[in-house]
Amino acid sequence: MRRSGSSPLINFKPFVESLIAILVGFIIGAIVLIAFGYNPLEAYYWLFIGALGSTRGIASTLKYATPIMLTALTFAIGTRTGIFNIGAEGSFYFGAIASVIFTNLWGNMWFGLLMGMLLGALWALPAAILKVYRGVHEVISTIMLNWIAWFFVLWLIVGPYANPNDPNKTIRIPEAARLPVIGYGLSIAIIIAVIAAILTYFLLWHTTMGFGMRASGINQKAARYGGMNPKMAIMWSFIIGGLLSGLGGAMKVMGEGPTYAISQGGANIYGFGFDGIGVSLVGRNHPLGIILSALFFGMMRAGTALMQVNAHVPLEIIKVIQGIIVITVAIPGLYDLLVRAFRGGVAQ
Amino acid sequence: MNPGDIITILIMSLMAMVPIVLTSVGAAWSERAGVVSIGYEGVLLMSAFFGAIFAELARNALVGLIGGIIVGLLLGMLHGVLTVYLKGDHVIPGIGINLLAMGVVPFGILAYWGTAGQHQLPHDAIMWHWRTPYGEISPMIIVTVVIAVVTWWVLFKTPLGLRVRACGENPEAADALGINVEKYRFWSTVYGHALAGLGGAYMSVDWLGLVHKTMSGGRGFIALANMVFSGWNPLISLIGGWLFGFFEALATWLAPKHIIPGQFILMLPYIMTLIIVAGIIGKARPPKWDGKPYKRE
Repeated sequence: MRRSGSSPLINFKPFVESLIAILVGFIIGAIVLIAFGYNPLEAYYWLFIGALGSTRGIASTLKYATPIMLTALTFAIGTRTGIFNIGAEGSFYFGAIASVIFTNLWGNMWFGLLMGMLLGALWALPAAILKVYRGVHEVISTIMLNWIAWFFVLWLIVGPYANPNDPNKTIRIPEAARLPVIGYGLSIAIIIAVIAAILTYFLLWHTTMGFGMRASGINQKAARYGGMNPKMAIMWSFIIGGLLSGLGGAMKVMGEGPTYAISQGGANIYGFGFDGIGVSLVGRNHPLGIILSALFFGMMRAGTALMQVNAHVPLEIIKVIQGIIVITVAIPGLYDLLVRAFRGGVAQ
Repeated sequence: MNPGDIITILIMSLMAMVPIVLTSVGAAWSERAGVVSIGYEGVLLMSAFFGAIFAELARNALVGLIGGIIVGLLLGMLHGVLTVYLKGDHVIPGIGINLLAMGVVPFGILAYWGTAGQHQLPHDAIMWHWRTPYGEISPMIIVTVVIAVVTWWVLFKTPLGLRVRACGENPEAADALGINVEKYRFWSTVYGHALAGLGGAYMSVDWLGLVHKTMSGGRGFIALANMVFSGWNPLISLIGGWLFGFFEALATWLAPKHIIPGQFILMLPYIMTLIIVAGIIGKARPPKWDGKPYKRE
C-alpha cells in the first residue's frame, strides 16, 4: 500500500471515491437519457454552461448550494453521532414557517433567523426523545414527523398565513427582515451557510462536546466507560441538526426574491432535506467535504435552467444522477476495489 | 355515520392494507435473515411506475404486477450484493434507492407519458375489481392474506424457515451447521424487495389506477413501523397492516367532509404510526444479528 493513500493528514481516498461515484452517476445518467431519446452530450453541455458559464449562473449555483449545505450538515452530525437523522426535511419546513410567522411580528432579520433555528430544533426534539427514552428507530420517527410537518405547512399556506392578495402563497417577509442581496438574486445566506459548516467542523473536531459526540458515534459502550454520556450526545445531535436545517428553511424564504414567501403547494421549500442526505454522503459526512459537495449539487441544479430550455431534458434527471451517485458511494471500499481491479489488469 | 359507512371504511382499509402488509411481510423475512433495508419506499414508488408501463404495454394488469415483482427483485439484488456480499452498511443503499426513485419516477412520468407528475392508466391496464354498493374489492386482498400466511408458515414451521432465522439470530452457529449464510441472506433480501415490488405495482395498476410522483407516501416506512409493531411476524403484520390501512382509509373518508381542515386529517396515519411505534418499541426485540454483516472467520 502506498503511503499517500493512507496518510492521516490528508485522506484523499474518500475524495477520489466521491469523484468516481460522480463519474458513474453521469455515465448511467447518460444511458438513461439515451434510453428516453435525449442527447446526453447536449444535456450535459447546457448543464455545465448553465451552472458556470456566466456570473448569473455562478450566483445561481451558490444560491442552490445554500439550503442543501445546511440540511447535509444535519445528516452529517447525525451519522457522526451514530444515528441516521432523516428529519432535516421537517425541520426545514418549520424553519421556513417560523421565518414567515415571526418576521411579520417583528421585522428583524436576526429575529427571523433565530426563530427559524429554534423551531427547527424544536421539531427535531420528538424524534430525539423517542430515540433516547423509547428506543424508537430514528428513521421511522423522523419520516413520520416530516409528513406531519408537510401537512402542517400546507395548512398554513392556505389557512391562517395565506396572502389575501395572492391566496396560493403565504404572506411575504417584510422588507426590513429580508437578507441583504449580494447580486444576481444571491443573498448573504451562502456566507452564513459556509460559516455554519466551519463552526460544525470546529464543534465536532475541536471541542470536548464534539469529541463526546463522535466517540458515542463510534462505540456507545466505550464512550460510556470513558465517562461520556451517549444519550446526551444523541440529544444534542438532533437539536443542533434541527437548528441547522431550521436556519436553512428560514434563509430559503428570507433570502430568495422576488416571492419572499412560501409558494403554492410548498413547492419552493420541498425536497431540500432529502437532497441534503445525498450531499452529506458524497461529502463523506464531513463538514468541509459537504461545502464542496453542496457546491457540486448546486451547480447541477443551477445548470438545469439552460438544460431544460436548450436540450429539452426534464430537470428531474439530476435527481436520477444523484440517486446513482449515492448508491455508488454506498459500495464499501470502492477505491480499493478499483485499485485491485486496475492492478490486476495492468501490473501483473 | 351509518352502518353502510362502516362497511365502506372497512373495505377501504382492506384495499389500503395491501401494499403495507406485503412490504411488512417481505421486510420481516429479510430482517429475520439479518438484512435491514430502508429502501422499500423507493421500491414501492419505482415498481408502481414500471408496473404501470408493463401493464399498459401488455394491456393487462397482471403483467404489471409481475413487472413490479421484477423491479423489486432487481433492487433487492442490488441491496443484497452491497450488504451481504460486499459487507457494506445496511441503511445507506436504501437511502440511495429512495433518492433514485424520487428522480426516476418524476423524470419517467414526464419523459414517457409527457405529463407532469401524474398519469392516469387506461381501463384495460387496471385490475378487475368486484364492485359492491359499498366500494370496490380487489382480488389482491386475498392474494396478500395468502402470501402473509404462507410466509409465516414457511418461516416458522419448516426447516427452510429455521435456517433463514438462524442466519439472523446466530449466523456463526448456522455457518457451523453448514448453512450458506450469504446465500440465504441474499435471497431473503431479494424475496423481501420482490414482495414490496408487488405492493408498489398494486398501487398503480390495481388500487388507484394512476401513477403519481409521490404516491408511495411514506408507506415503505409505515410498513417498517408495522414490521416492528408485529414483532417481525408476518401473521401479526397482517393485523397490524390492516390497522395502519384503517387509519389511512379513515383519513381518506373524512377528508371531503370538512369537519376540520383536511391537512390535519391527512396527518392521521403518520401521527398514529408515531404513537403506536412509541408505545410498543421498548418491548420489541429484533433478530440478534439484524443489520450486521457476517464475515466468515
